[in-house]
Amino acid sequence: MSQKIVYLDNNATTMTDPEVFEAMKPYFCDLYGNPSSMHEFGGQVAKAVEKAREQVKDFIGAKDAKEIIFTASGSEGDNMAIRGILEANKNKKHIITTKIEHPAVLNLFKYFEKQGYEVTYLSVDSKGNLDLNELSNSVTEDTAIVSLMYANNETGVILPVEKAAKIVKQKNPKTKVHVDAVQAAGKIPLDVKNTDIDLLTIAGHKIHAPKGIGALYVKTGTLLPAFVIGGHQERGKRAGTENVPYIVGLGKACEIAKNSLEYEMNEVKRLRDKLENGIIKSVYNAKVNGSTTNRVPNTTNIGFQYIEGELILLHLSDLGICASSGSACTSGSLEPSHVLKSMGVPFEALHGSIRFSLSRFTTEEEIDYVLKVLPDVIFKLNKISPYQRELKALEEAHKR
Amino acid sequence: MWDYTDKVMDHYKNPRNVGEIENPSAIGEAGSLVCGDALKLYLKVDDNGIITDAKFQTFGCGSAVASSSVLTEMLKGMTIDEASKITNQQIADALGGLPPQKMHCSVMGHEALESAIANYKGEDAAAHCDEKIICTCYHVTESALREAVEQNNLTDLEDVMNYTKAGGACGQCHIAIQKIIDEIKNKKEKVDIKNMSTTQLVLKINNVIEKHIASELRKDGGDIELVDVKDNKVFVSLKGMCKSCKFSSNTLKNFVEASLKEHISPDIEVVEV
Repeated sequence: MSQKIVYLDNNATTMTDPEVFEAMKPYFCDLYGNPSSMHEFGGQVAKAVEKAREQVKDFIGAKDAKEIIFTASGSEGDNMAIRGILEANKNKKHIITTKIEHPAVLNLFKYFEKQGYEVTYLSVDSKGNLDLNELSNSVTEDTAIVSLMYANNETGVILPVEKAAKIVKQKNPKTKVHVDAVQAAGKIPLDVKNTDIDLLTIAGHKIHAPKGIGALYVKTGTLLPAFVIGGHQERGKRAGTENVPYIVGLGKACEIAKNSLEYEMNEVKRLRDKLENGIIKSVYNAKVNGSTTNRVPNTTNIGFQYIEGELILLHLSDLGICASSGSACTSGSLEPSHVLKSMGVPFEALHGSIRFSLSRFTTEEEIDYVLKVLPDVIFKLNKISPYQRELKALEEAHKR
Repeated sequence: MWDYTDKVMDHYKNPRNVGEIENPSAIGEAGSLVCGDALKLYLKVDDNGIITDAKFQTFGCGSAVASSSVLTEMLKGMTIDEASKITNQQIADALGGLPPQKMHCSVMGHEALESAIANYKGEDAAAHCDEKIICTCYHVTESALREAVEQNNLTDLEDVMNYTKAGGACGQCHIAIQKIIDEIKNKKEKVDIKNMSTTQLVLKINNVIEKHIASELRKDGGDIELVDVKDNKVFVSLKGMCKSCKFSSNTLKNFVEASLKEHISPDIEVVEV
């Protein structure tokens, strides 16, 4: 492919930062020792792993590096946290989550529902916001865990997890709170230490580390059984020789992400807003899905009414633009986005919803390019739609 | 990323015959906004029943647009009679094939065509409203399901979902869909025993005995053995507890013969030796 790629799908995955890649390189062919070995050759590798643990600790604002367990992915972190808490609290049979979670949490809850657990799925309003009263009313003596996402992957809407954790503890101090922070990490500041959050999951590949590495924060004093039984690695909670190069990479990525937060929250946000406003202004059948105020700075979810999302993506892809869609056709599951459906997004915008997610590597030129070519793509596709009358009405309303 | 053929890509990138026909001879519609797929097909038919023009408008994914586009190309120059013989498989074939999960796009094309032809012939569209709906989420009727299963030799639920979307959302109709699949499968398997060689027939009978009959008899300490087959007569001998059982003739008629009749052919007669 010779065409230049404009990558606006950073909530799916990110480019590994070349600086991160550089930091990882020595740990393949030179510093390949086992961190558990007695010799100095392995010992220096153990030090690199511990440095990375410190970097992750600083990034999420934990008190102690011992609270960090390295995992292979966000899904693994979610599983380790939720399964572990349920195993440690076998007498409790009620669990709480939201309707808009990532499948890594949602499908796990559905699994436990089949196993006989009582599950509360909290709703969201049309902006994607949680009702904290509903949460408060749901927590009982029997609630083992509440798992909430920090930011939604499709809309970028931020949930008030710190407040929510406090509410949970007020109702039942023994109920554990897990936060899936995979989409919040690197976009907004994380600081777990003075909160009621017991467990928090992050994934490396969303913050410019490679795929295949993540971390779970487990607050000191939280009883969590081993997820992988075997050796003593990760304090016996996840046995297996450490994935050293990737752990080093995650550490470096966390360090850079922490230092880039200012840029994310100002410059990335500026470009995201420019893209969003530009599209809304020039395309009459475009509408933002979800809250525009309470969002991570890199994400916008736009519903193009009366045309279908996969078709838009295919045409954008031909122009080198990468985005994603909540349309049914892109998933192969026949069902459109459960997140947008939970928010009550109407069908005419649901099937044509496109998510653009930027990163600190996104440039002004790229946004200008998208703003230049996208309207024509949409207008071309509008001509194919059988809903000409409805489109005409939107066009008229837009002019006014 | 879907594995689309060049032909599919060509058609969604440069769709042919987009738009409306003024004063069309027929309009056909399929799908809906809720389903995420909707197609409007316009036909112009001359006095000799030949389709002189075909246009479409589609709300849907790449393969839905491609299916509609290629369909309009196929239709031009055909008589209504010829058009009525087009199957969804022919639409898919014209595109060099579709990914299995996207076959429902060709089915939608076919449905819109059927609707347009009915409209042309002045058939009351409302007549179809009385039809039994199996999948309420995607509004798929029993007859549409049967047609898709029979024409495309679909054998499992997942295939049916890929072709018709039925059962793809809430899943409440899965049992009803499975029943239709089983029924059609059973019907296909039941063949005229006169056209079967004796070996074929013996194999089939033995299969049914093993799968459906012997296991039941063994539960009561009995058993059964196939002795001979002559034309429609099946000679068996009952073993073990069945041999001395005073209800054995009852077992033979109401269970052994009934099972063979159900699974192979109603002509079968069972004789004990």
